[in-house]
Amino acid sequence: MSYSDKVIEHYNNPRNVGSLPKEDPNVGTGLVGAPECGDVMKLQMRVNPQTQVIEEAKFKTFGCGSAIASSSLATEWVKGKTVEQALAIKNTEIVKELNLPPVKIHCSVLAEDAIKAALNDWKRKHSAAEIATPATAARTQ
Amino acid sequence: MSVKLPIYMDNHATTPVDPRVLEAMLPFFNERFGNAASRNHPFGWSAEEAVENARAQVARLIGATPKEIIFTSGATESNNLAIKGVAEMYREKGNHIITQVTEHKAVLDTCKRLEKGGCEVTYLRVGKDGRIILDDLRRAITPKTILITIMYANNEIGVVQPIAEIGKLAREKGVFFHSDAVQAAGKIPVDVNRDSVDLLSLSAHKFYGPKGVAALYVRRKNPRVQLAAIIDGGGHERGMRSGTLNVPGIVGLGKACEVAQADMAEESKRLSGLRERLKEGLFAKLDEIFINGSVDHRLPHNLNVSFAYVEGESLLMGINDVAVSSGSACTSATLEPSYVLKALGVGEDLAHTSIRFGLGRFNNEEEVDYVVDKVVQTVQRLRELSPLYEMAKEGVDLSKMQWQVAAGGEH
Repeated sequence: MSYSDKVIEHYNNPRNVGSLPKEDPNVGTGLVGAPECGDVMKLQMRVNPQTQVIEEAKFKTFGCGSAIASSSLATEWVKGKTVEQALAIKNTEIVKELNLPPVKIHCSVLAEDAIKAALNDWKRKHSAAEIATPATAARTQ
Repeated sequence: MSVKLPIYMDNHATTPVDPRVLEAMLPFFNERFGNAASRNHPFGWSAEEAVENARAQVARLIGATPKEIIFTSGATESNNLAIKGVAEMYREKGNHIITQVTEHKAVLDTCKRLEKGGCEVTYLRVGKDGRIILDDLRRAITPKTILITIMYANNEIGVVQPIAEIGKLAREKGVFFHSDAVQAAGKIPVDVNRDSVDLLSLSAHKFYGPKGVAALYVRRKNPRVQLAAIIDGGGHERGMRSGTLNVPGIVGLGKACEVAQADMAEESKRLSGLRERLKEGLFAKLDEIFINGSVDHRLPHNLNVSFAYVEGESLLMGINDVAVSSGSACTSATLEPSYVLKALGVGEDLAHTSIRFGLGRFNNEEEVDYVVDKVVQTVQRLRELSPLYEMAKEGVDLSKMQWQVAAGGEH
Protein backbone atom coordinates (compact mmCIF):
# COMPACT_ATOMS: atom_id res chain seq x y z
CA MET A 1 0.00 0.00 0.00
CA SER A 2 1.41 3.39 -0.88
CA TYR A 3 0.45 6.44 1.11
CA SER A 4 -0.15 9.97 -0.04
CA ASP A 5 2.49 12.53 0.90
CA LYS A 6 0.01 14.19 3.23
CA VAL A 7 -0.66 10.97 5.14
CA ILE A 8 3.07 10.37 5.50
CA GLU A 9 3.60 13.94 6.63
CA HIS A 10 0.94 13.68 9.35
CA TYR A 11 2.24 10.26 10.37
CA ASN A 12 5.77 11.59 10.74
CA ASN A 13 4.73 14.86 12.37
CA PRO A 14 1.37 14.32 14.00
CA ARG A 15 -0.22 17.57 15.22
CA ASN A 16 -1.67 18.05 18.68
CA VAL A 17 -0.79 14.68 20.19
CA GLY A 18 -1.73 14.35 23.83
CA SER A 19 -4.53 14.47 26.34
CA LEU A 20 -6.64 17.10 28.07
CA PRO A 21 -8.15 16.63 31.55
CA LYS A 22 -11.29 14.58 31.03
CA GLU A 23 -13.01 16.04 34.12
CA ASP A 24 -12.65 19.65 32.97
CA PRO A 25 -16.21 20.87 32.26
CA ASN A 26 -15.00 22.70 29.17
CA VAL A 27 -13.32 19.61 27.70
CA GLY A 28 -15.24 17.17 25.53
CA THR A 29 -13.81 13.68 25.01
CA GLY A 30 -14.63 11.32 22.17
CA LEU A 31 -13.36 7.74 22.15
CA VAL A 32 -14.41 5.79 19.08
CA GLY A 33 -13.46 2.53 17.36
CA ALA A 34 -12.42 -0.76 18.95
CA PRO A 35 -9.11 -2.57 19.38
CA GLU A 36 -10.58 -5.65 17.65
CA CYS A 37 -11.22 -3.55 14.56
CA GLY A 38 -7.65 -2.27 14.52
CA ASP A 39 -8.41 1.37 15.22
CA VAL A 40 -9.30 3.47 18.25
CA MET A 41 -9.32 7.27 18.23
CA LYS A 42 -9.44 9.55 21.23
CA LEU A 43 -10.19 13.16 20.39
CA GLN A 44 -10.46 15.88 23.02
CA MET A 45 -11.43 19.55 22.63
CA ARG A 46 -11.49 22.47 24.99
CA VAL A 47 -14.36 24.77 24.13
CA ASN A 48 -14.69 28.36 25.28
CA PRO A 49 -18.15 28.39 26.94
CA GLN A 50 -18.73 32.07 26.07
CA THR A 51 -17.80 32.02 22.41
CA GLN A 52 -18.35 28.28 21.70
CA VAL A 53 -14.99 28.36 19.92
CA ILE A 54 -12.75 25.31 20.11
CA GLU A 55 -9.54 26.65 21.58
CA GLU A 56 -7.56 23.47 22.00
CA ALA A 57 -7.71 19.98 20.49
CA LYS A 58 -5.66 16.87 21.27
CA PHE A 59 -5.70 13.33 19.96
CA LYS A 60 -4.31 9.88 20.47
CA THR A 61 -4.89 7.14 17.91
CA PHE A 62 -4.28 3.42 17.72
CA GLY A 63 -4.52 2.53 14.07
CA CYS A 64 -2.89 2.56 10.69
CA GLY A 65 -1.10 5.56 9.21
CA SER A 66 -4.30 6.81 7.59
CA ALA A 67 -6.15 6.69 10.90
CA ILE A 68 -3.36 8.63 12.59
CA ALA A 69 -3.33 11.19 9.77
CA SER A 70 -7.15 11.54 9.78
CA SER A 71 -7.26 12.29 13.49
CA SER A 72 -4.23 14.58 13.34
CA LEU A 73 -5.91 16.53 10.54
CA ALA A 74 -9.19 16.63 12.49
CA THR A 75 -7.47 18.35 15.43
CA GLU A 76 -6.00 20.94 13.06
CA TRP A 77 -9.33 21.61 11.43
CA VAL A 78 -11.47 21.95 14.55
CA LYS A 79 -9.16 24.43 16.25
CA GLY A 80 -10.58 27.93 15.95
CA LYS A 81 -13.93 26.68 14.71
CA THR A 82 -17.17 26.99 16.66
CA VAL A 83 -18.87 23.85 17.88
CA GLU A 84 -21.48 24.10 15.12
CA GLN A 85 -18.83 24.60 12.44
CA ALA A 86 -16.83 21.62 13.71
CA LEU A 87 -19.92 19.43 13.75
CA ALA A 88 -20.37 20.21 10.06
CA ILE A 89 -17.00 18.65 9.09
CA LYS A 90 -17.65 15.69 6.78
CA ASN A 91 -15.51 12.60 6.43
CA THR A 92 -15.43 13.15 2.66
CA GLU A 93 -13.48 16.36 3.19
CA ILE A 94 -10.85 14.39 5.13
CA VAL A 95 -10.74 11.78 2.34
CA LYS A 96 -10.15 14.52 -0.19
CA GLU A 97 -7.53 16.38 1.81
CA LEU A 98 -5.50 13.23 2.59
CA ASN A 99 -6.12 11.46 -0.70
CA LEU A 100 -7.32 8.34 1.10
CA PRO A 101 -7.89 5.23 -1.04
CA PRO A 102 -11.30 3.46 -0.79
CA VAL A 103 -10.05 0.88 1.75
CA LYS A 104 -9.10 3.72 4.10
CA ILE A 105 -12.37 5.64 3.98
CA HIS A 106 -13.37 4.10 7.30
CA CYS A 107 -10.48 6.03 8.92
CA SER A 108 -12.09 9.31 7.88
CA VAL A 109 -15.49 8.09 9.09
CA LEU A 110 -13.95 7.32 12.43
CA ALA A 111 -12.40 10.80 12.61
CA GLU A 112 -15.76 12.42 11.89
CA ASP A 113 -17.35 10.21 14.55
CA ALA A 114 -14.62 11.21 17.01
CA ILE A 115 -15.31 14.93 16.44
CA LYS A 116 -19.03 14.37 16.99
CA ALA A 117 -18.48 12.18 20.04
CA ALA A 118 -16.16 14.74 21.64
CA LEU A 119 -18.52 17.65 21.01
CA ASN A 120 -21.55 15.70 22.19
CA ASP A 121 -19.66 14.93 25.37
CA TRP A 122 -18.91 18.64 25.73
CA LYS A 123 -22.54 19.58 25.05
CA ARG A 124 -23.74 17.08 27.61
CA LYS A 125 -21.33 18.48 30.22
CA HIS A 126 -22.07 22.01 29.19
CA SER A 127 -25.83 21.78 29.50
CA ALA A 128 -25.33 20.08 32.86
CA ALA A 129 -23.01 22.92 33.86
CA GLU A 130 -25.50 25.54 32.74
CA ILE A 131 -28.15 24.04 34.90
CA ALA A 132 -25.75 23.79 37.79
CA THR A 133 -24.32 27.31 37.52
CA PRO A 134 -27.40 29.42 38.40
CA ALA A 135 -28.12 27.24 41.39
CA THR A 136 -24.57 27.66 42.69
CA ALA A 137 -24.69 31.36 41.89
CA ALA A 138 -27.93 31.74 43.79
CA ARG A 139 -26.45 30.19 46.84
CA THR A 140 -23.38 32.39 46.90
CA GLN A 141 -25.45 35.56 46.61
CA MET B 1 28.86 0.52 11.04
CA SER B 2 26.97 0.96 7.85
CA VAL B 3 23.91 -1.03 6.90
CA LYS B 4 22.63 -1.17 3.37
CA LEU B 5 19.00 -0.06 3.24
CA PRO B 6 16.32 -1.21 2.77
CA ILE B 7 16.82 -4.40 4.77
CA TYR B 8 14.99 -7.51 3.59
CA MET B 9 13.64 -9.53 6.52
CA ASP B 10 10.59 -11.11 4.91
CA ASN B 11 12.12 -14.43 3.90
CA HIS B 12 8.89 -16.39 4.46
CA ALA B 13 7.38 -14.51 1.54
CA THR B 14 10.24 -15.18 -0.81
CA THR B 15 14.03 -15.23 -0.90
CA PRO B 16 16.56 -13.82 -3.34
CA VAL B 17 18.18 -16.27 -5.73
CA ASP B 18 21.55 -17.40 -4.41
CA PRO B 19 24.39 -16.44 -6.79
CA ARG B 20 25.43 -20.12 -6.99
CA VAL B 21 21.91 -21.02 -8.08
CA LEU B 22 21.75 -18.24 -10.64
CA GLU B 23 25.08 -19.31 -12.10
CA ALA B 24 23.88 -22.88 -12.48
CA MET B 25 20.72 -21.73 -14.26
CA LEU B 26 22.18 -19.31 -16.79
CA PRO B 27 23.39 -21.75 -19.48
CA PHE B 28 19.90 -23.22 -19.71
CA PHE B 29 18.36 -20.04 -21.07
CA ASN B 30 20.31 -19.87 -24.32
CA GLU B 31 23.06 -22.49 -24.62
CA ARG B 32 21.45 -25.64 -23.32
CA PHE B 33 17.95 -24.46 -24.19
CA GLY B 34 16.57 -27.75 -25.50
CA ASN B 35 13.22 -29.26 -24.63
CA ALA B 36 13.81 -32.04 -22.13
CA ALA B 37 11.19 -34.08 -23.97
CA SER B 38 13.10 -33.96 -27.28
CA ARG B 39 14.45 -37.51 -27.41
CA ASN B 40 16.17 -37.44 -30.76
CA HIS B 41 18.88 -34.76 -30.63
CA PRO B 42 21.63 -33.56 -28.29
CA PHE B 43 19.79 -30.35 -27.31
CA GLY B 44 17.04 -32.44 -25.79
CA TRP B 45 19.46 -34.93 -24.21
CA SER B 46 21.42 -32.14 -22.60
CA ALA B 47 18.30 -30.58 -21.09
CA GLU B 48 17.00 -33.96 -19.96
CA GLU B 49 20.30 -34.76 -18.30
CA ALA B 50 20.14 -31.49 -16.37
CA VAL B 51 16.55 -32.17 -15.31
CA GLU B 52 17.41 -35.65 -14.08
CA ASN B 53 20.36 -34.27 -12.16
CA ALA B 54 18.04 -31.74 -10.52
CA ARG B 55 15.52 -34.46 -9.75
CA ALA B 56 18.23 -36.34 -7.87
CA GLN B 57 19.25 -33.18 -5.98
CA VAL B 58 15.67 -32.55 -4.87
CA ALA B 59 15.22 -36.20 -3.88
CA ARG B 60 18.40 -36.15 -1.77
CA LEU B 61 17.23 -33.11 0.19
CA ILE B 62 14.16 -34.97 1.46
CA GLY B 63 15.42 -38.57 1.53
CA ALA B 64 13.39 -39.65 -1.51
CA THR B 65 14.33 -41.36 -4.77
CA PRO B 66 14.48 -39.30 -7.99
CA LYS B 67 11.53 -41.10 -9.59
CA GLU B 68 9.33 -39.85 -6.77
CA ILE B 69 9.83 -36.17 -7.68
CA ILE B 70 7.35 -34.38 -9.94
CA PHE B 71 8.18 -30.86 -11.10
CA THR B 72 5.44 -28.23 -11.01
CA SER B 73 5.05 -24.47 -11.41
CA GLY B 74 4.79 -23.66 -7.73
CA ALA B 75 3.81 -25.09 -4.37
CA THR B 76 0.23 -23.95 -4.92
CA GLU B 77 0.12 -26.31 -7.87
CA SER B 78 1.89 -29.05 -5.90
CA ASN B 79 -0.67 -28.76 -3.10
CA ASN B 80 -3.57 -28.75 -5.57
CA LEU B 81 -2.17 -31.78 -7.38
CA ALA B 82 -1.57 -33.74 -4.19
CA ILE B 83 -4.98 -33.09 -2.66
CA LYS B 84 -7.18 -33.10 -5.74
CA GLY B 85 -5.15 -35.91 -7.29
CA VAL B 86 -5.68 -38.20 -4.28
CA ALA B 87 -9.32 -37.17 -3.87
CA GLU B 88 -10.11 -38.12 -7.44
CA MET B 89 -7.96 -41.23 -7.68
CA TYR B 90 -9.25 -42.75 -4.44
CA ARG B 91 -12.86 -41.60 -4.67
CA GLU B 92 -14.05 -45.22 -4.51
CA LYS B 93 -12.14 -45.77 -1.28
CA GLY B 94 -13.44 -42.72 0.54
CA ASN B 95 -14.20 -39.04 0.45
CA HIS B 96 -12.87 -37.74 3.77
CA ILE B 97 -9.87 -35.44 4.08
CA ILE B 98 -8.33 -34.14 7.29
CA THR B 99 -6.46 -30.87 7.45
CA GLN B 100 -6.02 -28.10 10.02
CA VAL B 101 -6.99 -24.47 10.41
CA THR B 102 -3.63 -22.72 10.02
CA GLU B 103 -2.79 -24.25 6.63
CA HIS B 104 -1.90 -21.99 3.74
CA LYS B 105 -4.80 -20.94 1.53
CA ALA B 106 -3.44 -23.17 -1.22
CA VAL B 107 -4.48 -26.11 0.96
CA LEU B 108 -7.56 -24.64 2.64
CA ASP B 109 -9.14 -23.34 -0.55
CA THR B 110 -8.37 -26.59 -2.37
CA CYS B 111 -10.17 -28.46 0.40
CA LYS B 112 -13.09 -26.03 0.24
CA ARG B 113 -13.45 -26.65 -3.47
CA LEU B 114 -13.45 -30.41 -2.90
CA GLU B 115 -16.16 -29.98 -0.27
CA LYS B 116 -18.36 -28.45 -2.95
CA GLY B 117 -17.72 -31.55 -5.03
CA GLY B 118 -18.89 -33.92 -2.31
CA CYS B 119 -15.79 -34.46 -0.19
CA GLU B 120 -15.96 -34.14 3.56
CA VAL B 121 -13.20 -32.18 5.21
CA THR B 122 -12.26 -32.02 8.87
CA TYR B 123 -10.37 -28.89 9.90
CA LEU B 124 -8.47 -29.70 13.08
CA ARG B 125 -8.01 -26.89 15.59
CA VAL B 126 -4.59 -25.96 16.94
CA GLY B 127 -3.49 -25.28 20.48
CA LYS B 128 -2.15 -21.98 21.75
CA ASP B 129 1.28 -23.15 20.55
CA GLY B 130 -0.01 -23.49 16.98
CA ARG B 131 0.33 -27.29 16.85
CA ILE B 132 -2.44 -29.76 16.22
CA ILE B 133 -3.45 -32.13 18.99
CA LEU B 134 -2.66 -35.71 18.01
CA ASP B 135 -5.67 -37.13 19.85
CA ASP B 136 -7.92 -34.88 17.77
CA LEU B 137 -6.34 -36.31 14.65
CA ARG B 138 -6.70 -39.88 15.88
CA ARG B 139 -10.37 -39.31 16.61
CA ALA B 140 -11.01 -37.61 13.28
CA ILE B 141 -9.84 -40.58 11.18
CA THR B 142 -12.74 -42.66 9.81
CA PRO B 143 -12.89 -45.61 7.39
CA LYS B 144 -13.71 -43.01 4.73
CA THR B 145 -10.53 -40.98 5.35
CA ILE B 146 -8.23 -41.01 2.32
CA LEU B 147 -5.85 -38.16 3.06
CA ILE B 148 -4.36 -36.18 5.92
CA THR B 149 -2.79 -32.91 4.81
CA ILE B 150 -0.88 -31.01 7.48
CA MET B 151 1.80 -28.42 6.80
CA TYR B 152 5.36 -29.04 7.97
CA ALA B 153 5.85 -25.50 9.29
CA ASN B 154 3.61 -22.46 9.26
CA ASN B 155 4.36 -19.48 7.07
CA GLU B 156 3.31 -16.84 9.61
CA ILE B 157 4.45 -18.15 12.96
CA GLY B 158 7.06 -20.70 11.84
CA VAL B 159 5.58 -23.36 14.12
CA VAL B 160 6.65 -26.87 13.17
CA GLN B 161 3.93 -29.53 13.39
CA PRO B 162 4.59 -33.00 14.92
CA ILE B 163 5.12 -34.42 11.45
CA ALA B 164 6.72 -37.75 12.34
CA GLU B 165 3.93 -38.51 14.84
CA ILE B 166 1.27 -37.60 12.30
CA GLY B 167 3.00 -39.75 9.69
CA LYS B 168 3.16 -42.71 12.06
CA LEU B 169 -0.53 -42.41 12.85
CA ALA B 170 -1.47 -42.07 9.18
CA ARG B 171 0.59 -45.15 8.33
CA GLU B 172 -1.07 -47.18 11.11
CA LYS B 173 -4.50 -46.23 9.83
CA GLY B 174 -3.64 -46.74 6.17
CA VAL B 175 -4.30 -43.11 5.26
CA PHE B 176 -2.08 -41.12 2.90
CA PHE B 177 -0.22 -38.19 4.44
CA HIS B 178 0.57 -35.04 2.47
CA SER B 179 2.63 -32.22 3.94
CA ASP B 180 3.04 -28.71 2.56
CA ALA B 181 6.72 -28.31 3.43
CA VAL B 182 7.23 -25.01 1.65
CA GLN B 183 8.56 -23.22 4.74
CA ALA B 184 10.53 -26.18 6.10
CA ALA B 185 12.28 -27.72 3.09
CA GLY B 186 15.83 -26.49 2.78
CA LYS B 187 15.66 -24.96 6.26
CA ILE B 188 15.33 -27.89 8.67
CA PRO B 189 15.95 -31.59 8.05
CA VAL B 190 12.99 -33.11 6.20
CA ASP B 191 13.02 -36.84 5.53
CA VAL B 192 10.02 -38.47 3.94
CA ASN B 193 10.90 -41.90 5.33
CA ARG B 194 11.72 -40.83 8.88
CA ASP B 195 8.52 -38.75 8.86
CA SER B 196 6.34 -41.31 6.99
CA VAL B 197 5.20 -38.66 4.54
CA ASP B 198 3.59 -39.90 1.31
CA LEU B 199 3.27 -36.61 -0.57
CA LEU B 200 5.26 -33.46 0.05
CA SER B 201 5.25 -30.01 -1.55
CA LEU B 202 8.26 -27.73 -1.72
CA SER B 203 9.03 -24.57 -3.64
CA ALA B 204 12.35 -23.22 -4.97
CA HIS B 205 11.85 -19.53 -4.23
CA LYS B 206 11.45 -20.11 -0.50
CA PHE B 207 15.03 -21.32 -0.24
CA TYR B 208 17.07 -19.14 -2.57
CA GLY B 209 15.91 -20.67 -5.85
CA PRO B 210 13.87 -19.04 -8.60
CA LYS B 211 10.12 -18.37 -8.60
CA GLY B 212 7.79 -20.41 -10.76
CA VAL B 213 9.23 -23.83 -10.05
CA ALA B 214 8.45 -26.34 -7.34
CA ALA B 215 8.17 -30.05 -6.73
CA LEU B 216 5.77 -32.61 -5.41
CA TYR B 217 7.14 -35.76 -3.86
CA VAL B 218 4.88 -38.75 -4.59
CA ARG B 219 5.75 -41.99 -2.76
CA ARG B 220 6.25 -44.96 -5.09
CA LYS B 221 6.25 -47.83 -2.64
CA ASN B 222 5.13 -48.76 0.88
CA PRO B 223 2.59 -47.42 0.06
CA ARG B 224 2.46 -46.52 -3.59
CA VAL B 225 0.49 -43.32 -4.17
CA GLN B 226 -1.30 -42.71 -7.45
CA LEU B 227 -2.59 -39.36 -8.52
CA ALA B 228 -5.17 -38.23 -11.04
CA ALA B 229 -3.56 -35.44 -13.03
CA ILE B 230 -5.10 -32.01 -12.96
CA ILE B 231 -3.27 -30.80 -16.07
CA ASP B 232 -3.63 -33.00 -19.13
CA GLY B 233 -1.42 -32.98 -22.19
CA GLY B 234 1.77 -34.60 -23.37
CA GLY B 235 2.11 -36.95 -20.42
CA HIS B 236 5.23 -35.44 -18.91
CA GLU B 237 6.27 -36.27 -15.35
CA ARG B 238 4.93 -39.84 -15.51
CA GLY B 239 1.60 -38.52 -16.65
CA MET B 240 1.01 -36.65 -13.43
CA ARG B 241 1.90 -33.20 -14.72
CA SER B 242 1.88 -32.49 -18.42
CA GLY B 243 3.61 -29.45 -19.83
CA THR B 244 7.07 -28.64 -21.18
CA LEU B 245 9.53 -28.68 -18.32
CA ASN B 246 10.88 -25.36 -17.08
CA VAL B 247 14.48 -26.49 -17.47
CA PRO B 248 16.32 -23.38 -16.16
CA GLY B 249 13.92 -23.23 -13.20
CA ILE B 250 14.29 -26.93 -12.47
CA VAL B 251 18.09 -26.65 -12.62
CA GLY B 252 17.81 -23.74 -10.17
CA LEU B 253 15.56 -25.72 -7.84
CA GLY B 254 18.02 -28.62 -7.89
CA LYS B 255 20.99 -26.40 -7.17
CA ALA B 256 19.07 -24.61 -4.39
CA CYS B 257 18.41 -28.01 -2.79
CA GLU B 258 22.06 -28.98 -3.04
CA VAL B 259 23.25 -25.71 -1.49
CA ALA B 260 20.60 -25.82 1.25
CA GLN B 261 21.49 -29.37 2.16
CA ALA B 262 25.22 -28.66 2.29
CA ASP B 263 24.80 -25.51 4.41
CA MET B 264 21.78 -26.43 6.50
CA ALA B 265 23.42 -27.31 9.80
CA GLU B 266 25.57 -24.23 9.87
CA GLU B 267 22.98 -21.91 8.44
CA SER B 268 20.18 -22.88 10.79
CA LYS B 269 22.53 -22.39 13.73
CA ARG B 270 23.54 -18.97 12.49
CA LEU B 271 19.94 -17.93 11.82
CA SER B 272 18.65 -19.09 15.18
CA GLY B 273 21.48 -17.03 16.71
CA LEU B 274 20.32 -13.97 14.79
CA ARG B 275 16.73 -14.69 15.79
CA GLU B 276 17.71 -14.83 19.46
CA ARG B 277 19.59 -11.55 19.06
CA LEU B 278 16.49 -9.98 17.53
CA LYS B 279 14.22 -11.39 20.21
CA GLU B 280 16.46 -10.40 23.10
CA GLY B 281 16.98 -6.93 21.65
CA LEU B 282 13.25 -6.33 21.46
CA PHE B 283 12.40 -7.86 24.83
CA ALA B 284 15.19 -5.94 26.58
CA LYS B 285 13.75 -2.59 25.54
CA LEU B 286 10.00 -3.06 25.22
CA ASP B 287 7.33 -4.19 27.65
CA GLU B 288 4.07 -5.88 26.70
CA ILE B 289 5.29 -7.71 23.64
CA PHE B 290 4.37 -11.32 23.00
CA ILE B 291 5.68 -14.14 20.84
CA ASN B 292 2.94 -15.83 18.83
CA GLY B 293 3.14 -19.62 18.67
CA SER B 294 5.45 -22.22 20.15
CA VAL B 295 8.96 -21.08 20.95
CA ASP B 296 10.35 -24.63 21.07
CA HIS B 297 8.81 -26.06 17.91
CA ARG B 298 9.74 -23.31 15.54
CA LEU B 299 11.74 -22.66 12.40
CA PRO B 300 15.12 -21.18 13.30
CA HIS B 301 14.61 -18.02 11.25
CA ASN B 302 11.10 -17.02 12.31
CA LEU B 303 9.96 -14.56 14.93
CA ASN B 304 6.34 -13.42 15.13
CA VAL B 305 5.70 -10.80 17.78
CA SER B 306 2.67 -8.80 18.88
CA PHE B 307 3.48 -5.28 20.05
CA ALA B 308 0.47 -4.51 22.24
CA TYR B 309 -1.25 -1.15 21.69
CA VAL B 310 0.55 -0.48 18.38
CA GLU B 311 -1.31 -1.27 15.18
CA GLY B 312 0.80 -3.36 12.79
CA GLU B 313 0.45 -1.32 9.64
CA SER B 314 1.39 1.90 11.39
CA LEU B 315 4.44 0.10 12.77
CA LEU B 316 5.40 -1.05 9.28
CA MET B 317 5.06 2.53 8.11
CA GLY B 318 7.49 3.66 10.79
CA ILE B 319 10.07 1.05 9.85
CA ASN B 320 9.71 1.61 6.13
CA ASP B 321 13.33 0.79 5.38
CA VAL B 322 12.84 -2.71 6.80
CA ALA B 323 10.82 -5.25 4.83
CA VAL B 324 8.74 -7.41 7.19
CA SER B 325 5.04 -8.24 7.23
CA SER B 326 2.14 -7.86 9.60
CA GLY B 327 -0.92 -9.86 10.65
CA SER B 328 -2.87 -6.64 10.87
CA ALA B 329 -6.13 -6.43 8.95
CA CYS B 330 -4.99 -3.27 7.26
CA THR B 331 -2.25 -5.12 5.44
CA SER B 332 -4.50 -7.88 4.14
CA ALA B 333 -6.78 -7.78 1.14
CA THR B 334 -9.73 -8.95 3.21
CA LEU B 335 -9.45 -6.40 6.04
CA GLU B 336 -9.51 -9.33 8.45
CA PRO B 337 -6.63 -9.88 10.83
CA SER B 338 -4.56 -13.04 10.45
CA TYR B 339 -6.66 -16.23 10.60
CA VAL B 340 -3.57 -18.05 11.79
CA LEU B 341 -3.19 -15.89 14.89
CA LYS B 342 -6.94 -16.09 15.50
CA ALA B 343 -6.73 -19.89 15.41
CA LEU B 344 -4.07 -19.75 18.14
CA GLY B 345 -6.48 -17.84 20.33
CA VAL B 346 -4.58 -14.58 19.95
CA GLY B 347 -7.22 -11.87 20.42
CA GLU B 348 -8.06 -9.75 17.41
CA ASP B 349 -6.70 -6.72 19.24
CA LEU B 350 -3.27 -8.37 19.51
CA ALA B 351 -3.47 -9.88 16.03
CA HIS B 352 -3.62 -6.34 14.67
CA THR B 353 -0.31 -5.58 16.38
CA SER B 354 1.70 -8.53 15.08
CA ILE B 355 4.83 -8.41 12.97
CA ARG B 356 6.47 -11.39 11.26
CA PHE B 357 10.24 -11.29 10.98
CA GLY B 358 11.69 -13.80 8.52
CA LEU B 359 15.47 -13.96 8.69
CA GLY B 360 17.45 -15.31 5.80
CA ARG B 361 20.80 -16.36 4.39
CA PHE B 362 21.83 -12.80 3.60
CA ASN B 363 20.96 -11.12 6.89
CA ASN B 364 23.68 -10.26 9.39
CA GLU B 365 24.08 -9.01 12.96
CA GLU B 366 24.34 -5.34 11.98
CA GLU B 367 21.02 -5.60 10.20
CA VAL B 368 19.40 -7.25 13.20
CA ASP B 369 20.71 -4.49 15.48
CA TYR B 370 19.42 -1.84 13.11
CA VAL B 371 15.99 -3.49 13.01
CA VAL B 372 15.86 -3.76 16.80
CA ASP B 373 16.65 -0.05 17.21
CA LYS B 374 14.21 0.99 14.55
CA VAL B 375 11.36 -1.16 15.85
CA VAL B 376 11.95 -0.09 19.45
CA GLN B 377 11.97 3.61 18.53
CA THR B 378 8.85 3.29 16.41
CA VAL B 379 6.93 1.24 18.98
CA GLN B 380 7.81 3.76 21.69
CA ARG B 381 6.75 6.66 19.51
CA LEU B 382 3.47 5.00 18.49
CA ARG B 383 2.69 4.04 22.07
CA GLU B 384 2.97 7.71 23.00
CA LEU B 385 0.33 8.18 20.34
CA SER B 386 -1.82 5.24 21.44
CA PRO B 387 -4.93 5.87 23.55
CA LEU B 388 -4.90 2.17 24.44
CA TYR B 389 -1.40 2.32 25.90
CA GLU B 390 -2.41 5.37 27.92
CA MET B 391 -5.53 3.66 29.23
CA ALA B 392 -3.65 0.47 30.05
CA LYS B 393 -1.08 2.48 31.99
CA GLU B 394 -3.94 4.18 33.88
CA GLY B 395 -5.12 0.72 34.88
CA VAL B 396 -8.18 0.56 32.62
CA ASP B 397 -9.14 -3.01 31.74
CA LEU B 398 -9.46 -2.71 27.95
CA SER B 399 -11.27 -6.02 27.64
CA LYS B 400 -14.10 -4.68 29.82
CA MET B 401 -14.57 -1.47 27.85
CA GLN B 402 -17.71 -0.81 25.86
CA TRP B 403 -16.26 0.21 22.52
CA GLN B 404 -18.13 2.56 20.29
CA VAL B 405 -17.70 1.29 16.77
CA ALA B 406 -17.97 3.86 14.01
CA ALA B 407 -21.58 4.19 12.85
CA GLY B 408 -20.78 4.67 9.20
CA GLY B 409 -17.60 2.61 9.24
CA GLU B 410 -16.89 -0.51 7.28
CA HIS B 411 -16.08 -2.79 10.17
